[in-house]
Amino acid sequence: MKNYIIRRLLTLIPVLFGISVAIFLIMQLIPGDVVTGILGIEETPELRAMWEKRLGLDKPLVVQYINWISGVVRGDFGESFRTGAKVFPEILARFSISAELALLACIVAWIIALPLGVLSALKRNSISDRIVRIIALLGVSVPNFATATLLILFLALAFGYYSPIRYVSFLENPLVNLEIMLFPAIVMGGSMAGSVMRMTRSSLLEVLRQDFIKAVRAKGAPESVTIMRHAFKNASIPIVTLVGMQMGILMGGTVVIEQIFSIPGLGQYLLTGIFQRDYPIVQGTVLFMAFIYVFINLLVDIIYTYIDPRISYS
Amino acid sequence: MSDIKRITKKRKLRKDNTLYLLLRDPLGRAGFMGIALIVLLAVFAPYISNFDVAEIHSKDRLQAPNSTYWFGTDNFGRDIFSRIVYGARVSLVVGIVSVSIAAGIGFILGIISGYFEGRIETSIMMVMDVLFAFPSILLALLIVAVLGTSIVNTMIAIGIVNIPVFTRTVRASVKSIKSLDFVADAKSIGLKDRDILIRHIAPNSLASFIVQATLALSSAILTEATMSFLGLGIRPPEPSWGSMLSESRAFMELAPWMVIFPALFIILTILSFNILGDALRDVLDPKLKL
Repeated sequence: MKNYIIRRLLTLIPVLFGISVAIFLIMQLIPGDVVTGILGIEETPELRAMWEKRLGLDKPLVVQYINWISGVVRGDFGESFRTGAKVFPEILARFSISAELALLACIVAWIIALPLGVLSALKRNSISDRIVRIIALLGVSVPNFATATLLILFLALAFGYYSPIRYVSFLENPLVNLEIMLFPAIVMGGSMAGSVMRMTRSSLLEVLRQDFIKAVRAKGAPESVTIMRHAFKNASIPIVTLVGMQMGILMGGTVVIEQIFSIPGLGQYLLTGIFQRDYPIVQGTVLFMAFIYVFINLLVDIIYTYIDPRISYS
Repeated sequence: MSDIKRITKKRKLRKDNTLYLLLRDPLGRAGFMGIALIVLLAVFAPYISNFDVAEIHSKDRLQAPNSTYWFGTDNFGRDIFSRIVYGARVSLVVGIVSVSIAAGIGFILGIISGYFEGRIETSIMMVMDVLFAFPSILLALLIVAVLGTSIVNTMIAIGIVNIPVFTRTVRASVKSIKSLDFVADAKSIGLKDRDILIRHIAPNSLASFIVQATLALSSAILTEATMSFLGLGIRPPEPSWGSMLSESRAFMELAPWMVIFPALFIILTILSFNILGDALRDVLDPKLKL
């Protein structure tokens, strides 16, 4: 097992290298260049030369990449053009907020999706199955920014409710923090629940058709044991895969949802960076989020081996 | 050669049946009708809309839906119905162009990497794996952040993001077709690689490609709406459902119709594509229907 994890970690190196090169190269496509972006109409040859030297842009591309990536490895993602503040500590601080939101969204999604997905599979083609499938389809199809906007509108018109504007951390005041996070988590979790529900239903149905379930029933095991211990455990592999894949959508979701609900997470930081053309922020945040995404998918791979011992470590 | 004939005949039969089977399924029919409505709105936008999309009626700001302004007016007094109708055009054009970019490049790369093994395949798939490792909206935002916001850049960004999916799908189906007898037959009668690829393998990879294109279209429209909502896609005054919804947020209590109509049309479009995609998958692969 340990060897497997080490080997999987080693295979990440080319992917992470590729991601960093891709981000670095995309950043080179900025029309004009970064200095034009910073100076705008105030540009003079002297100022340009000064900024090029300061940012290391006077060096060859390969050297620029090596300088940047060696900084990244040491935890130095550069400084914001506007405020001069280090980017990495800010990313870490905001990551904890986004991670909390993503975790709450996952919990909401599982609470909704797993029981309903199981119910839908067990009562296949009944009215409750149809209702669950329609809910799931809506969950998959309704974009979370539309749900969020409609939810805010509904809460305001029906209850005169507005969620707190100023962000409060969980450590500062857990109750207010949860109040702030509740609706964003419901919106994100709701859209995630749709696909988890569909996957739970179809993969449980697939497993229930197999011979070993007949064997388990034939030996007289109670239905609850058959479903939970035998069928659901076997059905959970595709569900876990989906959760890994959903992390990408969840990260995209945080960008949108944090913007709508004014939550100062990583997504909002990225958008601020984009709007203010603060490239170190954009470059650093995208790199960090892509790395996290890759690591979560690695984690999903490792979880498989626990769920299904047939998946070999080699 | 008999294999080729048999496969072509089989394909024709299935092609004829697909539309029939699709429309026989109530959900498939609903999805098809939803998309037909959006396409009709987009195509006949100049005839359906009552006003110009940018026409400002300063005396009629924030009007509730009425007989003149069917969906009401926005904060500038622009007719929301006309903007919704033209918004359908923007959504579809961005969706179709960006999926065409992705499908065109992805198809070529998929065919090449599936047919020629070795270094070419490894290097193409390495680039695809890296692109695939990004959460898609993040990559699209990064590209737009760098290139700047415009309709063309939005299409380029969404196109690039979708290339790996097409490359992988086509590559997988090329690999499975390549092992069939008729390809060996074609090789044995001395056909060149290029001819085998264009005449035999490419047409046979089309089925999975079409399903993928339907799904990609829905995700492209969604990405455009999301980017426009964030202010990084289509720029005002060009009507995009995403940006209309975003602009409406400041006035939502005064004018809920500014929120409701763009949201409804975004939901209707994505829902129709998803329902159609599901029905299409069920029809093309009945094994998956559980």
